[in-house]
Amino acid sequence: MRPGSIAAPGVLRTVIPPVLLGLVAILLWQGAVTYFAIKPFILPGPFQIGEQFSANLQNVANGMLVTGRNALIGLLIGSLLGILAAIVASVLRVADEMAAPIIAAIAVVPIVALAPVLYTMFGAGAETARQIVAGLAVFVPVYFNTLKGLRQVSPVHRDLMRSYAASSRQATRTVTLPTALPYVFTGLRIASSLAVISALIAEYFGGPVGGLGKSITSSASSSNYGLAWAYVLGSILLGLLFYSAALGLEKLVGRRIPGS
Amino acid sequence: MSRTQPTDPAAIAVPAARPAPSAGALAVEATAVSRIFPVRKGASVTALDNVSLSVAPGEFVSLIGPSGCGKSTLLRLIADLDAPTSGNITVFGKPARQARIDQDYGIAFQQAGLLPWRTVAGNIELPLELHGTGKAARRARAAELIALVGLSDFADNYPDQLSGGMQQRVAIARSLAESPSLLLMDEPFGALDEMTRERMQNELVRICGETSAAVVFVTHSIPEAVFLSDRVVVLEPRPGRIRDVLTVSLGDPAGRGENLREDEGFFHAVSQVRELLHGPGVAGARGVETR
Repeated sequence: MRPGSIAAPGVLRTVIPPVLLGLVAILLWQGAVTYFAIKPFILPGPFQIGEQFSANLQNVANGMLVTGRNALIGLLIGSLLGILAAIVASVLRVADEMAAPIIAAIAVVPIVALAPVLYTMFGAGAETARQIVAGLAVFVPVYFNTLKGLRQVSPVHRDLMRSYAASSRQATRTVTLPTALPYVFTGLRIASSLAVISALIAEYFGGPVGGLGKSITSSASSSNYGLAWAYVLGSILLGLLFYSAALGLEKLVGRRIPGS
Repeated sequence: MSRTQPTDPAAIAVPAARPAPSAGALAVEATAVSRIFPVRKGASVTALDNVSLSVAPGEFVSLIGPSGCGKSTLLRLIADLDAPTSGNITVFGKPARQARIDQDYGIAFQQAGLLPWRTVAGNIELPLELHGTGKAARRARAAELIALVGLSDFADNYPDQLSGGMQQRVAIARSLAESPSLLLMDEPFGALDEMTRERMQNELVRICGETSAAVVFVTHSIPEAVFLSDRVVVLEPRPGRIRDVLTVSLGDPAGRGENLREDEGFFHAVSQVRELLHGPGVAGARGVETR
């Protein structure tokens, strides 16, 4: 009765069509680049990108490591702060009302725009600015989703806890937190790709070399377009990695919550 | 309830029902209880107006009436999930609040209200866990209750794998976890289909016979109230008042079964309750002798 044991033919049927479509798209792309003799600085062919990708695998992997590390640190710190702030806001109505304008401000500021300011604050040789940018970007969705989750306790569960004369600590542990958990993980899923994007874009505004963002700009400015696209491919893979990890966690946790 | 876990099976055997905290006290005694909900400035709704009711230990009392008659409100007041605007409620001789803190009652709602992330056994163990019962004692008690409600094959299933009737049986088992001498039930079968409902009623009669707990049962089904109860309290709406109390004498719980539903006395009681419910509109209904 448990989900998770999907029959093999089902997997084939869900996996094969998108893979086929992808292959057809790559062939069409390569065909168009070759047939119309498109210049590589406009659009390199996928074979050329693949060549560059495998030739520079070590460099791309290093870039993914640097950017991924920044994104991960930002994701962890931003989520932790977001969850803690949401718990405080859900317990203290005053804190929620006081924080609302600040949170709204953080939500509307294009956070990567802070990168240049942060580089001057923390020094252009440190990764700190990028981690802070990623952390801020993560904070907002995690905070909002967690706060929403903490307010989802159903009236019947609240009555039940009261009838058991449960302490507020017991009620939080047995009902409020488990109810909120799937919402927290939805926030984390949204935040996971934001963390990668923010950490990467922040590299465009300065700081040390080595990350994916810096590598994309430097390859492009030295007319090595195939390599630039190879780094873009690396960024896509990094983003997918973060997203699937968060999605996997969310599925694992949301299994037993109806409607998720 | 100590942390040391009993190894002697007799030590974890079910007590039929905990003895009423102070011997001789009524299970529930409500005296001139009113509950007025403020709606907006100046306006208010009188959910209960000067209601008095007593329930003896071991007695099964149903509250029946149309929507808005305050039957659920009265139950919530007894459970101390809400406080009366005026009047007084005691449960086993103590204030309702104290009785709630002392866990003198078990409660079941119209929604099963199970925690979806806990198994059937985990849900039944919940109240025991909150009140510090040891793990082994908890397990044993949950297993007994699961057997009592006939769900032994489903102990490790999650609520979303069960039908509505099965979920409600788990909720009833949970309400019995601490062998309360008072059970409060707010339309627990309200969301079930008729066939499941009658089966659940038979089971409840059997369970009540085995535990000898007093029950306050809110319903809006006339046959359900008559089938289950020693007394049926008929309420009227706006403001919520007790219209009349009908004593149903259909024999002791152990003897009640499917046949009772075909019984002459059963039909008679059903039509009496119906006449009471339709009240002043029906000429002469007021004059029906009910006691």
